[in-house]
Amino acid sequence: MTVVDTILVPVKRVVDANVRVRVKPDGSGMALDGVKMSINPFDEIALEEALRIRERGETAEVVVASIGPAVCTQQLRAGLAMGADRAILVETELDLEPLTVARTLKALVGRENSELVILGKQAIDGDNNQTGQMLAALWGRPQACFSSELSFSNGIATAMREVDAGIEVIEVELPAVVTTDLRLNEPRYTKLPDILKAKKKPLETLTLGELDVEPQAQFRVLGFETPPERPSGEKVRDVAELVLALRQKGVL
Amino acid sequence: MARVLIVAEHDGRTLNSSTARCVSCAASFEASAIDIAVLAADGAAVAAQAAALEGVTGVIRVDHPANEFPLAAVAAPQICALAADYTHVFGPSTTFGKDLMPRIAALLGVGQVSDIMHAESAWRFQRPIYAGNAILTVETPDDRPVVATVRTASYQAAESTGSAPISERAVEAEIPTHTRYVELRSDSGGGRPDLQTASRVVSGGRGVGSMENFEIIERLADALGAAVGASRAAVDAGYAGNDLQVGQTGKIIAPDLYIAVGISGAIQHLTGIKDAGVIVAINKDEDAPLFEVADIGLVADLFTAVPELIEALGEQAGGNS
Repeated sequence: MTVVDTILVPVKRVVDANVRVRVKPDGSGMALDGVKMSINPFDEIALEEALRIRERGETAEVVVASIGPAVCTQQLRAGLAMGADRAILVETELDLEPLTVARTLKALVGRENSELVILGKQAIDGDNNQTGQMLAALWGRPQACFSSELSFSNGIATAMREVDAGIEVIEVELPAVVTTDLRLNEPRYTKLPDILKAKKKPLETLTLGELDVEPQAQFRVLGFETPPERPSGEKVRDVAELVLALRQKGVL
Repeated sequence: MARVLIVAEHDGRTLNSSTARCVSCAASFEASAIDIAVLAADGAAVAAQAAALEGVTGVIRVDHPANEFPLAAVAAPQICALAADYTHVFGPSTTFGKDLMPRIAALLGVGQVSDIMHAESAWRFQRPIYAGNAILTVETPDDRPVVATVRTASYQAAESTGSAPISERAVEAEIPTHTRYVELRSDSGGGRPDLQTASRVVSGGRGVGSMENFEIIERLADALGAAVGASRAAVDAGYAGNDLQVGQTGKIIAPDLYIAVGISGAIQHLTGIKDAGVIVAINKDEDAPLFEVADIGLVADLFTAVPELIEALGEQAGGNS
């Protein structure tokens, strides 16, 4: 039985998780020229979960959305190839702060009449861990953050949340925002025919203005630095030497 | 002058030390007021612990049945109702604070500074990005509240030598009913120290090989009086619970001694331990990246080396007694 008509899955284009990024020598930003870009891994988990919900017949439609420059269509096409039904790009050259991203998503939720938004708990570039919570606040709806299991019954979502003390179980009334943790699922691999099929799926482009979102930058970025490196230490040959070294460092 | 409101993290009985670390962050820029808000069903015990933290100027108790469990949607509007008297609203960068603080920020219509690791002033902060591969310095505007989470591994806990006044406030916000707490499932511990505050931590990784084998990590931890941790790979494989995961998306820790067993050392793991005092790596793969940052490295089969180490520690303990 359908639980919601449309699930909105926001995806962020980020540096691939396997790339070791560095600060530019002048400290003005990160050196990102030519590096591999991907869907934020937590958002990929969000999309996988939405697709599984659709495969269970609990939603009619999965919409992926991204906010950023035109090149984000690469990640949206990847999302369509994974199985999303259609895609929306909110095109902007601005590097938006999470609050503006949340305002944009709120506008998209209204436009699409979505009753469930699933997104990553954080993006692996800015590591902010804010957008889902902010969207839920602006929307006046529940949030189930850091979820590792999700099920539905009678208009209520039950989420297992990965918290510091273990697993917290909460129930939230729909509509709601869910953010994903690593162990929610393992995203599927995309097959070549799906990539070809994805080219024919609808991809719509909007502007912030069309969504009545006024971008705001509250923070002033003063610079980027490389953190001090830990000097590499000594190798010991056996356990006896290890115990001796631990004593010498005063930790035994 | 900065007036800081800190949202207390607690379990209904005990104040989490993450709160005392937030106090140290606020004290580092000489805030003129550092108040702690305790939301609970009955906050008497927790408020008393908060009031004892050195540097705290006041504790606000908000008792309400809805505050029995820490739900972000329930707490956020109540904190916003208190926020008008403050320039800053802080919470710890634990799952509690990460869940709650952005909801507060959005209700207040402001952005959030996540994971403060250093405050150059009350309005200028440093925070890690890209799994700790870079440190960002940001300045926040001084005409609106600063909402932030504090990276707990970057600050010592404030001492419990103070005695601030405690006041009680009624709930001044509408409390939503759309979110319900069901239960907390926790299987870890076994009487061991808390991973986030332990002075010694022993972690196991994929190299441990199975859930049964993970017992060797626990035995070493017990021999050292240490907490147990795990890499993401070990948690994903089901060797250990999610609450033991150390790293970018797990817990960020700063023990005096960190022993990593069978952990290769992905960048996401290293970002969780870079503030540790002494890092020890035991791994049979001599090219494991963890050796690059370890203070002491032992290239060895963990199933030989760890029992030997447990035995050696036992002898040492026997010799000392």
